[in-house]
Amino acid sequence: MSSIGTGYDLSVTTFSPDGRVFQIEYAAKAVDNSGTVIGIKCKDGIVMGVEKLITSKMMLPGSNRRIHSVHRHSGMAVAGLAADGRQIVARAKSEATNYESVYGEAIPIKELAQRVASYVHLCTLYWWLRPFGCGVILGGYDRDGPQLYMVEPSGISYRYFGAAIGKGKQAAKTEIEKLKLSEMTCREGVIEVAKIIYKVHDEAKDKAFELEMSWVCDESKQQHQKVPDDLLEEAKVAARAALEEMDAD
Amino acid sequence: MNFMASTQPENRLLGPQSDSQRTLYPYVTGTSVVALKYKDGILMAADMGGSYGSTLRYKSVERMKPIGKHSLLGASGEISDFQEILRYLDELILYDNMWDDGNSLGPKEVHNYLTRVMYNRRNKFNPLWNSLVLGGVKNGQKYLGMVNMIGVNFEDNHVATGFGNHLARPILRQEWHENLSFEDGVRLLEKCMRVLLYRDRSAVNKLQVDVFLKMAPNQIYSLAKLLWSLT
Repeated sequence: MSSIGTGYDLSVTTFSPDGRVFQIEYAAKAVDNSGTVIGIKCKDGIVMGVEKLITSKMMLPGSNRRIHSVHRHSGMAVAGLAADGRQIVARAKSEATNYESVYGEAIPIKELAQRVASYVHLCTLYWWLRPFGCGVILGGYDRDGPQLYMVEPSGISYRYFGAAIGKGKQAAKTEIEKLKLSEMTCREGVIEVAKIIYKVHDEAKDKAFELEMSWVCDESKQQHQKVPDDLLEEAKVAARAALEEMDAD
Repeated sequence: MNFMASTQPENRLLGPQSDSQRTLYPYVTGTSVVALKYKDGILMAADMGGSYGSTLRYKSVERMKPIGKHSLLGASGEISDFQEILRYLDELILYDNMWDDGNSLGPKEVHNYLTRVMYNRRNKFNPLWNSLVLGGVKNGQKYLGMVNMIGVNFEDNHVATGFGNHLARPILRQEWHENLSFEDGVRLLEKCMRVLLYRDRSAVNKLQVDVFLKMAPNQIYSLAKLLWSLT
């Protein structure tokens, strides 16, 4: 897919002769360089997981949060340029609180996804703004049940039952497709997501990574929160065991 | 002396859009709230009445609400202003929760925030017409404070608003001591509320009594709303 768009790639307001906007595609490449982010929709909720690549041994574990709560019932996992991601999360928080103060109920996830997508798209329309260099997986639980959306730097947003962005997204998507999501509970989903992230992590190219996971499900009372520590540990142990089993083959 | 009628508002402090935007009188009001610290936490009581002037119009108004994981807010005065304060606090607690870092705003922090809000509104001559009681427990520490519409705030072992200050606090000064048991605390509160029912014309005979427990910080327990008949 990589073609040189000489001359047509200098501005986000220029189309190439074959109808592509190169700047947006380059923005998507920034997302592809970041650690893998996965989201799955289980039968009773959403689970999201992030492979946080550790760039320095001096970093404190638990810092550099990649998954943020947007409202009580929804959260966002960010891949790509972290500072751009912060901006998108701030905007989503503001949209969510604004909706609640006007309409008196929590923002439906579909509406939130649309607003975030519009905002991301906005930054692809003007020459004096650059596109966001990050993709976002948005998961939430409203009265239509659990929902998972993914927003790309182009401003496209679709609803998924399994989504992955970042370095290992191809491998991750293959793994997700193997899962029977409609029969899985979130508890089981957490273990599966951990296994997938451990599996797609490339030991050769990137050294250490930290696993960050969150969920919104019936067990968390439809509130978005970090996966409880004991379950997270259980997931990590299961994931490492599954890896060893695979290596042993 | 200029004898022409002045087209400017008399008092320049208020500005052109003055009167219609300022709170001048309260309309639907709640009467006293009484609260005290006891051995395991905080006990707070308020009746469930909303008066419209001298009419005891609304008889099921909840004038006490839990705030976050650690506090209870009780209000007397204008009910609509209390509802607005609840909205501000809701947003405050929401943003605090979204950090998801294991920390949460305790009663002292919420009390301070409310004091700032009340005092700043008073300085703009547009007060939130309430007297607020904020009590709670965080990390085993009990806290009980009060702030009113002019921004006066303080912390004490027992507080009351409105008529409660005149009728209930003398009782509390006599009979309150450290390490009151739960039953003694409730009995003491009931005594205060009974006196208020006798002597405060805007008191109503349906109560809301809430407890904040030290031991189980996430539990706010609403004692049955007692219905007394006037004996």
